[in-house]
Amino acid sequence: MTDLSVASSPASPRLPNDVWAAPPLLVLAALFFYPLSLILRQALFGDEGAFTLSHFGEVVGSPLFLDGLHHTLVIAVSATAGCLLLGFILSLVIAFVPFPGARLVGRLIDTFIALPTFLVALAFTFIYGSSGLLNESLMRLLHLPLPPIDFLYSQWGVILSEVTVYTPFVMRPLLAAFSLIEASQIEVASSLGASPLRIIGQIILPAALPALIAGGSLCLLLTVNEFGIVLFIGAKDVITLPLLIYDKAIQEFDYTTACVIAVVNVALSLGLYSLYRLAVAHFAGSRAGLV
Amino acid sequence: MATPVPSHLLRSDIATAGEARSALSTAAAPSLADRRVRGIGFKDVTVAYGGLVVLDALTLEVRSGEIVALIGPSGSGKTTALRAVAGFVRPTRGRITIGDRDVTNIAPYARNIGMVVQNYALFPHMRAEENVAFGLRARGASQAVLRERVAESLRLVGMEAYAKRYPRELSGGQQQRVAIARALAIRPQVLLLDEPLSALDAQIRRSMLDELAKLHRELPSLTVLYVTHDQTEALTLADHIGIMRDGKLIAFGASRSLYRHPPNRFSAEFLGRANLLPVTSVQPIGRGLAEVRFGEAVLAATNPHGLPQGADCLLCVRPHDLRLRQGEGGHNALAGIVESVQWQGEANSIVLDVEGHRLRLTCAPLGEPPEPGTPLALAFDPHVVTLVPETSGD
Ligand SMILES: Nc1ncnc2c1ncn2[C@@H]1O[C@H](COP(=O)(O)OP(=O)(O)O)[C@@H](O)[C@H]1O
Ligand SMILES: [Mg+2]
Repeated sequence: MTDLSVASSPASPRLPNDVWAAPPLLVLAALFFYPLSLILRQALFGDEGAFTLSHFGEVVGSPLFLDGLHHTLVIAVSATAGCLLLGFILSLVIAFVPFPGARLVGRLIDTFIALPTFLVALAFTFIYGSSGLLNESLMRLLHLPLPPIDFLYSQWGVILSEVTVYTPFVMRPLLAAFSLIEASQIEVASSLGASPLRIIGQIILPAALPALIAGGSLCLLLTVNEFGIVLFIGAKDVITLPLLIYDKAIQEFDYTTACVIAVVNVALSLGLYSLYRLAVAHFAGSRAGLV
Repeated sequence: MATPVPSHLLRSDIATAGEARSALSTAAAPSLADRRVRGIGFKDVTVAYGGLVVLDALTLEVRSGEIVALIGPSGSGKTTALRAVAGFVRPTRGRITIGDRDVTNIAPYARNIGMVVQNYALFPHMRAEENVAFGLRARGASQAVLRERVAESLRLVGMEAYAKRYPRELSGGQQQRVAIARALAIRPQVLLLDEPLSALDAQIRRSMLDELAKLHRELPSLTVLYVTHDQTEALTLADHIGIMRDGKLIAFGASRSLYRHPPNRFSAEFLGRANLLPVTSVQPIGRGLAEVRFGEAVLAATNPHGLPQGADCLLCVRPHDLRLRQGEGGHNALAGIVESVQWQGEANSIVLDVEGHRLRLTCAPLGEPPEPGTPLALAFDPHVVTLVPETSGD
């Protein structure tokens, strides 16, 4: 691609490419790689200044870290699965079940992406919290002494909030993919005797697979790093890696431990991100062949 | 497409998934009882979108084993009529029958139809053979039946060598063949085709047309509703033709007689680009003929619609029925001035001005084509021209 663009405008006097690349690289280095290298240095050298892997060994082996990693993965995977399921069903309805206002609903869900994530957690406390709308009403109605609904301050509260917040991230590519499916394909399938379920499974799902994988890996990436929601829900025994970093660095001033966890978290994110790019690239390639 | 067809492929009796299984299990024993008279029936079918009527009280009968073409300009309601049979649009009024069954309120997947559309609509992630197998799988066919039917259907359209290809690896014409095989694999009672050749280029279209005709000779009991805006396709394939305009069926008849004796101006113009001359004072002269006046001239023509004495009407002359003559006078003679001449390979097309009316004439290539401005004498056989009432058809 680059070769082509250069070849098409030959003799024009222009700066070499590396001159143009320098400023953004410098900014990137200053804003991103330098702090990252500081974190890496703190993790590997600690406060003493001598290189050692012992901090890594200690932290990574500690029950606190393993518990955090476990929670992070369980929450991220469950929330992503929830997003995929809910996103698929909602998109299916919006795209294929004609109802007045389907377009508006699509737009509304789209604007959801613009909202700060912890807002949903806050809203949930008002609705499902121990003195929230639902519990108050139920207690008054059924004359209960204690709030009957008590899932919010647990892993489930976090997962539910994340599903609510991140489902639109799945729906956006899904709706785009659905809009590319020819209506006549679905009609022909139907006239051949396929039930709606078979059409979803054999026509719509394969066409939506790239979008599902792209949206799903994006969700996974975002939920692994989610901080605001976990903090706002504030469930006592739900500690994730980002929260652990925050606790260690801000509350216990244990920067070395915080940095070790941060390095693991960054590695996890970058790994997931490469998977996401790989999936997108793979399907972009094979789709190009399809169309 | 040349292989003889096993007789049980002609059966068309699978209705629902449940019925399909029992039908498939007895598929090896075809009987004459299956050859009941079946077809498609429209009775007073009306379709409206948001109060706007796009199909207006369509009544039409497609007999079993027959090809009926619906033709008309874009937006005239042809696709809507076809989709009503398939079950994708719900009539606001009227009944639709397939065979002996009233299907007006039956879901599309239970109607036992094969459908072929302009853009092929193959499933892109399935190979050709998987596309063809789709309907059979949906109906719960056994592996043995599946394999046999897929092979048969692909052979029928000459695509057995391409079974393993994905749609993107096939040309437009090949994709449409697979789409036809997919529709035929379930042995539908009726086959609905919506402009199946419109996306193909002229040469492929012509050969596909021949093959569709051949296909129907091999599957003579298949009832076909063929929607097109192309009169050549309709005239080549159809036993009967219906002409649509603004949601209404304005003409219906056996292809040949509809072409020969169009019942109104629109049909005459749409089917075969007729020359229409306004004539006056009809005077029946017996044997189905009548005389009319065109300026000073007296012309004889057939009067199949029984236009009464003294009526004004149109004289319909097909371009290839007009003949160039030597000299003046004689019966059924017209005088014209050449406007333009086109050489079209196997024919010459001459446009003439006849007393202010434009007439088109096609004839075998002329050695010495006339120059524009040359006066020419024309004549025609009274038995091949038709008097058409001056109505639009509404
Ligand atoms: N889903 C629809 N909603 C509203 N109007 C429609 C719809 N489908 C078709 N129409 C209208 O109905 C008329 C007939 O359409 P159609 O049957 O597709 O015509 P044809 O196939 O003869 O070109 C057109 O005016 C078209 O705009
Ligand atoms: Mg159409």
